[in-house]
Amino acid sequence: MSFVALERAEAGTPLVAGPEPARRRRRPSAWHLLLIPLAVVMVFPFVWLLVTSFSTLAESRTFPPSLPAGFPLQWIENAVHNYSAAWTQAPFGRWLLNTTIVTSVVVVGNLVFCSLAGYALARLRFFGRTALFLVILATLMVPFQVVMIPVLLICRDLGLVDTLGALIAPNLVTPFGIFLLRQFFKTLPVEIEEAARIDGATRLGTLVKVLLPSMAAPLATVGIMTMLWSWNDFLWPLIAIQSEKSMTLQLGLSTFVGAHETKWPVLMAATVTTQIPMLLIFILAQRWFVQSFASSGVKG
Amino acid sequence: MAPARGDEAPAPARRAGRADRLLSSEHLTGWLFVSPAVLIIGLFGVVPIIWSVVLSFQSSDFVTTPTWIGLANYQALLKDPAFAASVRRTIIYTLIFVPVVTVASLAVAVALNRAVRGMRFYRTAVFAPVVTSTVATAIIFNWLLDPYFGILNAILVKLGIPAQQFFQDPSQALYCIVVMTVWGWLGFAVIIYLAALQGVPQELMEAAAIDGATRWRAFRRVQLPLLGPSTLFLVIWLSINALQLFDEIYVTTRGGPLGSTTVVVYYLYQQAFQLFNAGYATAIAYVLFLGILVLTVVQLVIGRRFVHYRS
Repeated sequence: MSFVALERAEAGTPLVAGPEPARRRRRPSAWHLLLIPLAVVMVFPFVWLLVTSFSTLAESRTFPPSLPAGFPLQWIENAVHNYSAAWTQAPFGRWLLNTTIVTSVVVVGNLVFCSLAGYALARLRFFGRTALFLVILATLMVPFQVVMIPVLLICRDLGLVDTLGALIAPNLVTPFGIFLLRQFFKTLPVEIEEAARIDGATRLGTLVKVLLPSMAAPLATVGIMTMLWSWNDFLWPLIAIQSEKSMTLQLGLSTFVGAHETKWPVLMAATVTTQIPMLLIFILAQRWFVQSFASSGVKG
Repeated sequence: MAPARGDEAPAPARRAGRADRLLSSEHLTGWLFVSPAVLIIGLFGVVPIIWSVVLSFQSSDFVTTPTWIGLANYQALLKDPAFAASVRRTIIYTLIFVPVVTVASLAVAVALNRAVRGMRFYRTAVFAPVVTSTVATAIIFNWLLDPYFGILNAILVKLGIPAQQFFQDPSQALYCIVVMTVWGWLGFAVIIYLAALQGVPQELMEAAAIDGATRWRAFRRVQLPLLGPSTLFLVIWLSINALQLFDEIYVTTRGGPLGSTTVVVYYLYQQAFQLFNAGYATAIAYVLFLGILVLTVVQLVIGRRFVHYRS
C-alpha cells in the first residue's frame, strides 16, 4: 500500500524534480529562507571533510582554519599525497574488498532466503507455521546486545571468529526481511498463483517466475536495508574481528583513527574513500533508497 | 482443515487420498522453503537468546568454565553506581535526542514537501547523512569540534564567544554527541514524515482552505492529526536506537572524558570486552531489553490516547 501511495504522491511533488511548470518571472519562494540554512548545516560537514583532505598537515594545524592555499594545483598535489598516504598506511583496498564480499553475500542471501521463508509463511500451510512465525517475530524484537556474546561464542565454536564468515553467517537471513516479504506476499491475489499451478508450475517455479518479478519494490527494500546495515555495521565486526586482514571498511577506519589522531588531512582522505561507494550508490538510486526507508518505516 | 483461500476445493470422498498427499507435500515444501531461515535464525537468534538467559545467571570470563551464581549479577547491578550513572546518561541523551529529532524532522519535512526550485538538491542534502556510516559521522564531527583547530571554534571566536572544549569537556561531551547524532538521524525521520505528508489527500487540504482555514490552521487541524501514526512509530524507533547508542561514543570519546559519555551499551561493552565479565554484561543487556520493552509499551499506551488514525 505505502509503495503505491508514495509513488502516486511523487507524481504530484516529484522526487526527481522535472521541468517546472512554465511560470513567468515567479518570485523565489520564501521557503528558501529556511531551506538554504538547512542545506548549509547538512552539507557543510561533508564539504569541510573534503576540503581538509585537500590541505597540507601544516594548514590543518592553524587557527583559525582557512581554505588551503593554491587552488587548484596545490590542492590536487595535497590530495594525491593525502589519499596515497591513507591507502599505503592501511590496507583500505583489502577492507573495501572484504566489505564488498560480506555485503554482497548478505544481500543475496537475504533476497533468496527471506523470499522463500516469507512466501512459505504467507502461503503454504505446513505444520508449526504459526509458531515459527511468532518465534521469528520474537527474535526481531530482541536487541542485538542481548545475543551478541552467545553469538560470539557460537562463532568461536564454529571457527568463524576473525574470518569474514563471522560477518556473513549470522546475517544471511534477517527476521526483518522475512517479516516484510511475508506481509507483502499476503497482499498479492492468490488467483495468479493458482493459474500458474494449474498450468503445472511447481511452488518454486511459481514463486520465481510469477511472483518475484512483480515484487521489485519490497525486494529493493530488503536489499537496500540489508546492504546499508551490512556495509555500515560496526559493533559486531568490532567484537568478531581482531586481525587487520579480515576487517571491514568501518572497523578499519576506526582503527585508523587511533593511529592518525592528529593527522587530519590523511584521516579525512581515508574517511572520504570509505564513504564514497555508498554515497555514490545513494545518489544514483536515491528514489529507491527513499522508498525503502519510507516503506520499512511505515510497515515495520 | 477448511481451506482458507480456496487453495483446495472441498474434496469429494474419492479424492481424499490425493488431497492428503497434496497436503503432506505442502508440509514438506513449507519446511524446505523455511529451512535456511530456521537454520540461521535458530543458530544465531533463538539459541543465543536462551543461552544469554543462562549466561546472565553465571560468572563467565569467555575462557574458563562458567560458574552458576544465580541472581548475583542482577543484585550486583542494582548496587553498581557506575551502572546507575550510565543509565542516567542514557536517559538524558534519549530525552533530548528523541524530541529534537521528531520536532525538527517534522518542520524540515513540511519545508521539503513544497514545490520549490532546487528541491532535489535540498532533499539530497538532508538525506545524505542517512547513508553515511556512524564511524565516518563520528570522525567528521570530531574534526569539526576539535578544540584546537576545529572550524566550529573558529566561528564561535568570530562571534565573540570563547573557544570550547566540546568532546573533551565532561559537561559538554554528551550534548555534542546529541548534536552529532541528530545530524545523522534527521534524514531518516524526514523521510518517514515526508512519506506520511504525501499520503494526506490533497482534497482534505483544499476543503479546509474553502472552509476559510488559514494555512497554519489547516496544517494544525488536518495534516498534523493524520501524522499521528508516523509520529508514534518514529518516537518508538528513535527511542529504541537512542537507548542502544554505541558507535559514535566508541569513535569520539570512548565513554570519556571522566566517564561523562559512558552510556549503558558502552558500559556493557567495557564489562564484556575490556573486563571480560560476560555474565555481568549479559545481565546489563537484559536490563536494557526490559527498559526498551517498558518504554515501548508506555509509548504505545500513551500514543493510543493521542493518535486517532491508523496507518
